[in-house]
Order: sequence, then C-alpha cells, then structure tokens
Amino acid sequence: MKDPLSWGAILGQMIIQFMPTIIALVITFAVSIYFKRRLGLYGKLFDSTIGMIGLALVLFWVFTAFFAGAFDMIATHDPLDQSAMMKKKLPGTPYSKLIGTPDPNAGAYYLLGGDNLGRDVFSRVIAGSIKVILIAPFATIFAFMVGITLGLPAGYYGGKFDTFLSFLSNLVLAFPVILLFYLLVTPEIVLTGIPVYMAAVLFIFPLVFLVILWNSRYHTQPGKRNLFVGITLVIGFWIYLGIAWDADPLGIISFPPNLLVVFVSVVFVNSPTVFRIVRGLTLDIKTRDYVAAAQTRGEGPWYIMLWEILPNARGPLLVDFCLRIGYTTILLGTLGFFGLGLESESADWGKMIIDGRRLLSANILHIAVPPAIALLTLVLGLNFLADGLREESLKD
Amino acid sequence: MGKFILRRVGVMILTALCLTFIVFFLTNLYPNLEKLAKTQGNFRMSDEEVETYLNNNGYLQPTITKYGQWLGVLPGYVIEGTDGRTRAKCAEPGQPIEEAPRFCGVLQGEWGHSTVIKEDVGGIIGEKLALTGILMFWVMLLMVPSALILGVLAGMREGSRLDRSLSTFSITTTATPEYVSGVLFIAIFASSAIGLKWFKGTATSAMDNITFENFFLPVLTIAAYGMGYIARMTRASMAEVMTSQYIRTARLKGVSFPNIVMKHALRNALIAPFTVIMLQFPWLLNGVVIVETLFNYKGFGWTLVLAAGNNDIELLLAVSVISVIVVLVTQLISDIGYVYLNPRISVT
Repeated sequence: MKDPLSWGAILGQMIIQFMPTIIALVITFAVSIYFKRRLGLYGKLFDSTIGMIGLALVLFWVFTAFFAGAFDMIATHDPLDQSAMMKKKLPGTPYSKLIGTPDPNAGAYYLLGGDNLGRDVFSRVIAGSIKVILIAPFATIFAFMVGITLGLPAGYYGGKFDTFLSFLSNLVLAFPVILLFYLLVTPEIVLTGIPVYMAAVLFIFPLVFLVILWNSRYHTQPGKRNLFVGITLVIGFWIYLGIAWDADPLGIISFPPNLLVVFVSVVFVNSPTVFRIVRGLTLDIKTRDYVAAAQTRGEGPWYIMLWEILPNARGPLLVDFCLRIGYTTILLGTLGFFGLGLESESADWGKMIIDGRRLLSANILHIAVPPAIALLTLVLGLNFLADGLREESLKD
Repeated sequence: MGKFILRRVGVMILTALCLTFIVFFLTNLYPNLEKLAKTQGNFRMSDEEVETYLNNNGYLQPTITKYGQWLGVLPGYVIEGTDGRTRAKCAEPGQPIEEAPRFCGVLQGEWGHSTVIKEDVGGIIGEKLALTGILMFWVMLLMVPSALILGVLAGMREGSRLDRSLSTFSITTTATPEYVSGVLFIAIFASSAIGLKWFKGTATSAMDNITFENFFLPVLTIAAYGMGYIARMTRASMAEVMTSQYIRTARLKGVSFPNIVMKHALRNALIAPFTVIMLQFPWLLNGVVIVETLFNYKGFGWTLVLAAGNNDIELLLAVSVISVIVVLVTQLISDIGYVYLNPRISVT
C-alpha cells in the first residue's frame, strides 16, 4: 500500500497530466504573439492583458477536451469506473479496488479523490469538459443562425412581421428559464416527440441562412450559385436528417435523444435574445449611407441584409457570441444541477456540483469544489475574452 | 402616457394568456398526465387504471376545455365516474355537488388544489411568496447600493487602476453562476474543513427565525451574480457622463472633483442603471430558484422545482402566472421610469 500524495505532489502530478494541454497552449501563444501584427482582430487580442488571460483559460479547456476526447489523454481513470475502496477518499489516495483487479493502464492515484460512488473526481471533471466544449459553442452557433435569419428581416422590413416576431421572442423571454427547462427537458416530453419537432424547426434555420447567403451573393452568376447552393443543400440535408430526425440514410450521424432535448432547449432559450440584438443592430445600421447606396444600386433586400448590414454588425455580435457561449455553459450546468436531461451516471459539471453539495455539510469538499472551479474558469475565460475583444474592437 | 400604459397592459394580458396556455398544454400531455396519475395512485397502476383515474378526475377532456375551466370562463366539470361517484371540479371536499358553484377558475379567485402539497394553491403561493419576498428584500438591500458604489467608483476615472480592478471584479461576479458561488461560499465559510465556521450552510431555519448566520450566505449568493451586471452598466453610464461638456465646464470653473461626482454627475449617471435594476428582477427569479434549492429554503423557487418535478399542474400554473406578472410588471415600470427620469425621451 502506497502512501497518499501530499498537496505539492498532487499539484505536480496534475501538471504532468495536463502537459499536452500546456504544450499546445504555449505553442499557440508563442506563434500568435510572434505573428500578431498580421492576424487582424485576433492578433490585437494579444495587446490586452485581460483578453490574453481569457483566451488562455478558454483554450486551456478547449485543448483539454480535445486531447481527452480525441486521444484519451489527460484523464487518469475511466470516468464511470467505480471502486468501493475509493468512496469519498481524499485527494491523492492511491488507487485500489475491493473487487476485481484494477485496470493496469489506470493511474496510481486518485489525484482529486473519489466521489460518493468511488469514481475519480479528476477524470470526471475532464470528461465533463468534453461535453461542455462540444455542446456550448454549437448550440450558440445554432441560436445565432436562428436569431440572425429572423432578426435581420424583422429589423429591415419592420411592420407586422416584426411585431409578431418581437411578441414571440418576448413571450419566450418572459418564461423563467428554469420553468422552461422543467417543462421541456423531461423523459415524458421526449416521449411525446415535441423536442424532435422543435429540432426540426430550429435546425432548418442554418440551412435557410446559408442558402439565402449564397443566393443573394451569386444570383448573377448562376453557375457558381448552383454549385454553392447544391453543396450546402446536400451536406446540410444529410446533417439535418441525422441530427433532427435521427434518420440519416447513411447511418453515420445520429444524436442521442436525451442530448438532443438538451441541445434544442438551450438553442430555444438563447435565440430570442440573439434575435433582439440583431434586430436592434439592423434598425441602427439600415439608416447608414452605404445601405442607401446599395439600395440605389438596385441590390436585393437579402443582399443588403446579409452582405451590407451583417458584416457591419460583426463587432457587437462577436462580443455577444463569446458571452453567450459562457451563458450557455451556465445553462448546461443549471440543467445538470436540477438533474434534467442526462443519464444518471454521466459526468456533468452541474450534476457533480449538486452531488457534492450534499456532502459539504459532512466536510467533504473535494467532490463539489473541482467541478465548480472548472465551470468558473471556463465561463470567466469567455467573459474576459469578450471584454478583451470589445476593448480592442472599439479601438479602430 | 395613459394610452401607452393601456396598450402595454393589453399586451401583458395577451402574453400571460399565451404563456399559461403553453404551460397548460405541456403539463397536460398524456405522458405527463400518466406520471401524475401514478404519483397520485400508485406506481404499478396498469394502463387501464391510469385511464380510469384520469377520466374520473376530468383530465381527459379536451385541453382547451380544461384551460377554460381553469381560467373560469367555462363551467367546471361534473363527471360521473366509473366507480359510481360523481366528482365536480368546483366542489370542496365533502361539499354536495348541487351546492358547488358553477364556475371556479382564476377569474373567480380559485387557484385550484395542489396535488403534491394537498392544500389550496392560493394559500401555498401566498405563504411561499412572503418567504421569497423577505429574501428578495435583503438581496436588493445588499445588491443595489454596493453595485452602484462599485459602478460609480469605477466609472468616475475611466481607465484608471481602480477602474480596471473593479471592472475585473464585476466581470468575475457575473461569470459565476449561483450554484458555483453558493457551493464555494458554503465550502469556505460554512464547513469545518477550512475552519471558518462563520455561517450556516443551510437556510431552513431562516424560514422561522432569520439571523445573520443562517441568512447571509443565500443573500450574498444571489446578490453577487446580479451585482456585477448593474455595476458594469453604472460604470458605462458614469463614464459617459464624465466625458460630457457640462462636467468639463464644471471642472474649468474650479469645482472640486468630489463635488463634480456627487452633485453634477451622479444624478444623470443613475438613469440607465435604474432600468437595468428593474430588468434584473426576472434574473433574480432564476437565482432564487437555484439558491432556494441549494440552501433548502422553502420559498417560491423551491415550490417551482417541487411543482415542476411532480407535474403538479395547478400549482405550476400559479407559479408561472406569478413569475410572468413579475417579469412584465418590472418591464413596464422600467419603461415608465425611464421616460419619467429622462425628459428627453417620450413614449409617443
């Protein structure tokens, strides 16, 4: 039986485990700082301390999730593997099993201790990061596609269409988020098939967006237009069928139903806010001279919206995009906190926090605190990044 | 102004109707009703038994009819059950059917009966709202002054070291969701592992007897999340005011810096944060749900979780009506207040 590790040794071991992430981070920073004058807005980020700290925190989790998810590095144990010997054991306890032989490839210690079922907290935090890094940015992108596709015409045309959509978005925003989650993300609702229909409606927007984007730009060059629209439609429909309807004809893409409902509800909650922001920006930008110039040139309304107004709204949208990924991460944690939409065993930061919360009164801190700090650093990083971007984009 | 308020109230009522109907529709989907029947009866009920139970209790009528009955615009059901008993929606337990009123909906002031707590919804809501009201009162008392002070201090000299550190602090608080800060606060201040046993980790005892020890952590947790946002808005507004012409005139006139801040800048700088503070209420509502669950304080948010988790239809509807009213009324107040405080804006 080995001795438990001291706090210094635990820290050392964790740095060794995170080595791939740290190396990738150092390389990215070195290259970016060297070429920063040629990298546009991204390069300017390296002039602001807070932006750099934010980027480092975000990239830390992105690289960690990447190495852990793609190459099975960083984590020391299987996040679902239980060991009766390791229940609620303190950080640095040597790994052992009561029944069966321990996995020879697994690490020798539970670096951050064991949780109430004897699973390795460190590996579970890492496994939780994969889920967040996979869902949060994509859900945010989808929400932006929905918000932009509806917000641009609402702001540009105004009138009845705008009144109706604004009413709808205010309706969704008047719901307390948690009530909405409790209504949408339950096994019973999955049974009724409502999430699939919502997915079918919400996920068509990226497709519509891209088709209009290509068509408005290249409608004078039918050859090029047909090529772009064709490629978008074929690939888009394939992914659409796979994700929304779970009916991929090739059987490659599929989406687990309980993950789909989480994804859909997060997109649903975020899109009205994006809609409002885009609508407001459009109302502002459509009075500018270059829009009037484009109208005089005889450009179509969608060309003006997508190729004149949207590029000029990119600054605030980019900042909001970063903030919104952070907010989506918080929402995912909230879902886990209330135990909604996940399998009972899966590693999820929010779920780990509430599980660990019950043991705080028994003075066991190491189960709740690591996922809390992980979530905090990721969201904080995204907020710092957004602040850095705002500061740097205001300078030009 | 009167016409504006009237129109807004109309939109509010329409929104509330749509929202409650959505909640009603979702909670009345068959799988949800099945779950309700099984929690009310027993978990091993067969499909036929579930159907009989639902039919006898009026759950299998068309959704729109049930909604009308809940609202009080349609007469409550009177159903002769398969077991020979006749049940009426409007009859109190023990009251003969003939004496029951014909209508009993929200419009008549009847909020229905909770299937989880087994009491009248109206009473439950009143009691829980009072508990949450106390929590909100202390949150506001802590959050608003500290946020305004932070924002004004940061915004009066834009770009200074004080501004940078205070802004970083406010970003940090907005980036920390309640369930993270709550857990960290409990870990640091309430457990003997670290040794600072200053506060209690639960607020259950605060429902009868509020003390600093058992109530400070939940209040701090909610206040911290909202504080950063208000502080940043105050800072932006303060920074804008400080660059305006009349402040420069005052400086050139030789007014001292504290006087400029207190007498010239503050009033104009506080218009924007006012609307933000009002719009924070819906956010606080979310925070309340999380914090009440985290600290086991059985108020309004805790009731929402209980009702939603058990598909307690009438309790959940009452909770949604209240939250929607809170959201919409605060929006209205913020709009009216903005016009009132800023004479340059007019509603017409």
